[in-house]
Amino acid sequence: MQRIGVFVCWCGSNIASTVDVKKVAEVLKAEPGVVISENYQYMCSENGQALIRNAIKEHSLTGIVVCSCSPRMHEATFRRTAESAGLNPYMVEIANIREQCSWIHKDMEEATEKAIILGRSAIAKLKLNAPLTSGESAVVKRALVIGGGIAGIQSALDIAEAGFEVDIVETSPTIGGNMAKLDKTFPTLDCAACILTPKMVDCAQNEKIDILTYSEVESVKGFVGNFKVQIRKKARFVDEKKCTGCGECMQKCPSKKGLNDFNMGLNTRPAIYIPFAQAIPNVAVIDPEQCLKLKNGKCGLCAMKCNVNAIDYTQKDEIIEREYGAIVVATGYKPISLENFNEYGYSQYKDVVTSLELERLMNAAGPSEGHLVRPSDHKEPKVITFIQCVGSRDTSGCGKPYCSKICCMYTAKHAMLIREKYPDTEVHVFYIDVRTPGKNYDEFFRRAVEQYGVDYVKGMVGKVYEENGKLMVQGADLINNEQVVIPSDLVVLAAAIEPSPTVRKIATMVTASIDTNNFLTEAHAKLRPVESPTAGIFLSGVCQGPKDIPETVSQASACAAKVIGLLAKDKLKCNASVAHSDETLCSGCSVCANVCPYGAITYVDKEFRLGGGKTELRRVASVNPAVCQGCGACTVTCPSGAMDLKGFTTGQIMAEVDAICKR
Amino acid sequence: MDKLEQVKLVKERSGTDARKCMKCGKCSGRCPAYNEMDVKPHQFVSYIEKGDIDKLLNSKSLYTCLSCFACVERCPRGVAPANVIEAVRQEVIRVQGENKIQAEKVPEMIDETIPQQLLVSMFRKLNK
Repeated sequence: MQRIGVFVCWCGSNIASTVDVKKVAEVLKAEPGVVISENYQYMCSENGQALIRNAIKEHSLTGIVVCSCSPRMHEATFRRTAESAGLNPYMVEIANIREQCSWIHKDMEEATEKAIILGRSAIAKLKLNAPLTSGESAVVKRALVIGGGIAGIQSALDIAEAGFEVDIVETSPTIGGNMAKLDKTFPTLDCAACILTPKMVDCAQNEKIDILTYSEVESVKGFVGNFKVQIRKKARFVDEKKCTGCGECMQKCPSKKGLNDFNMGLNTRPAIYIPFAQAIPNVAVIDPEQCLKLKNGKCGLCAMKCNVNAIDYTQKDEIIEREYGAIVVATGYKPISLENFNEYGYSQYKDVVTSLELERLMNAAGPSEGHLVRPSDHKEPKVITFIQCVGSRDTSGCGKPYCSKICCMYTAKHAMLIREKYPDTEVHVFYIDVRTPGKNYDEFFRRAVEQYGVDYVKGMVGKVYEENGKLMVQGADLINNEQVVIPSDLVVLAAAIEPSPTVRKIATMVTASIDTNNFLTEAHAKLRPVESPTAGIFLSGVCQGPKDIPETVSQASACAAKVIGLLAKDKLKCNASVAHSDETLCSGCSVCANVCPYGAITYVDKEFRLGGGKTELRRVASVNPAVCQGCGACTVTCPSGAMDLKGFTTGQIMAEVDAICKR
Repeated sequence: MDKLEQVKLVKERSGTDARKCMKCGKCSGRCPAYNEMDVKPHQFVSYIEKGDIDKLLNSKSLYTCLSCFACVERCPRGVAPANVIEAVRQEVIRVQGENKIQAEKVPEMIDETIPQQLLVSMFRKLNK
């Protein structure tokens, strides 16, 4: 017979204000097997844990039930407490009477009754618990960073700095991401390239960092400490080792009509190109959709002109397989498509541009070499109107329900830069709210208004239309309670940002959870913001939620710290709650092996005695406990009930259900 | 009728939740009849949320709103200012049995650019 201790936590007033904790402790004391039942204000505090430790020793307890918050919060704490008092940590059960009881109920009597039932069910489960011991698995001391924007770059640099090897996998031909396209950065107005490109060069020169550009993650297998990843290195038709980045091929290429992605399609580029002057690696790439040689076999000019024979039209995609201990997702963002916002005329008028396009128009390396001109006639705009919240904070279904967070600041930046460089230009900004929390942020925005005379109009734009060669911006001025029409030369839309479209595929591959807006979910919104709930997967940058550069860099470094913490370990304690198969019941059907996301199940041929001296050779499932993560998928798929999960056996779950249903 | 009751009725009939409004003013930014209105589309939403219905009942806007539903179409939060206006309009017509549009003047107002919604709304007014 087990000797069980029950410990009911008040959680200050979190539990105690809706649940009669004393009554719960009293009633549960009468349960068969329970020898001691206590209640205390904060069970997780040092004193609370001492109370548990003393009770375990004094009453020779064989198992404990803690009625407290969610096991996600403090199960690990109480397991450690039990272990330090000499009890097996898996002889601890948590009854969640906070999240699943006190926080969601108002009636004290009913909540108390429910808390008692939850306690009983935990006791019923505990009676079937068996002490478990965890195995160990080795850690591959190498990290994978998916995405080579500023987030991925910073994470990779920090991980490499600690002495671990890192691979950056980037889909485009260069690292740098969105930040490389920006002109200046707020709130200090230093040039984006000046602060980003040294970091890119650091990555390229760091011996610990391997940059795989023009590459995509193809598949991910394994688990924390032991991921096996396949990476597709797309054919760039240029030998990376030979190409010197001289750019001669770009001059000679006759097919020059490709849209220049780096300049947001505002100008064209040849079929063979280097995305921008400071690209890393500084190596050309051929667009196979555009190259005449690859399309119809006629041309080959670039190969003729190349001094180092780097062009290779026969190059094929290559699959690289590598092992990693940790994976950082840093897939970033893109501005939303504006097809649902015809009222602003983006698809109709050339001089209605997005903010990212404006960055290129203002950038010295952009299509107009930093001279701000309108795309339609290349004339300097004299009146520029900005529209904020285009698709942000939109619950109508056209846009995104969240605030994109960066637009208020970059719009203030654009307005200020324009007024600084072209003082005779009139700048108007339509806004709903100006949101500028952050160090020196509000001061920055106020400078745009007070020092640079930018006209901020509180209200939204209803429509943009053309009249006499002007873009008429009609909107509400809510402060003056009037409708205004501003004849403008250039209209700039602060389009909402959304996670990169690749993130869904990546999230599925690494089994990381994702929210309704396709942002990756963190393990805990406040206390574990850079980790995914899936062990070994870490989040860096905008893939987790909208953020600006300073915040992205902070988060990228935080993420690296977590990765380093993991890679610094030689062995990881495995989960003790692993699956195992009852070989007498297993029919060898392979269903479990097919659903196992970790590849933990293999099949072995085993001899079984049938009696009367006869034997039978049967194929049965065998679980590798070092690989099994205890997800339980196999137990529910097994048609013969042979698979069971230690610590969560079918018998234990049924005992819990019985205890809940019994009155 | 009790004022509170009337506000409740208008809210109910409009089928719109004024609390969803984030006060961006896009409805008023888009409204083609804005300059003809004394109480603006965004104010209809704001007044009804505050329970101040008198200003709405006496407003000229009830007769100048085109019922073109541009405000409804453009609202980023799924609020429908035109529906509130229509609900208040019904309240006025029901109470007073009055009509400010003369049936014989309707044909000369019609041209092919007039939205169909407006005609329907106009006939609804004439019907009462």
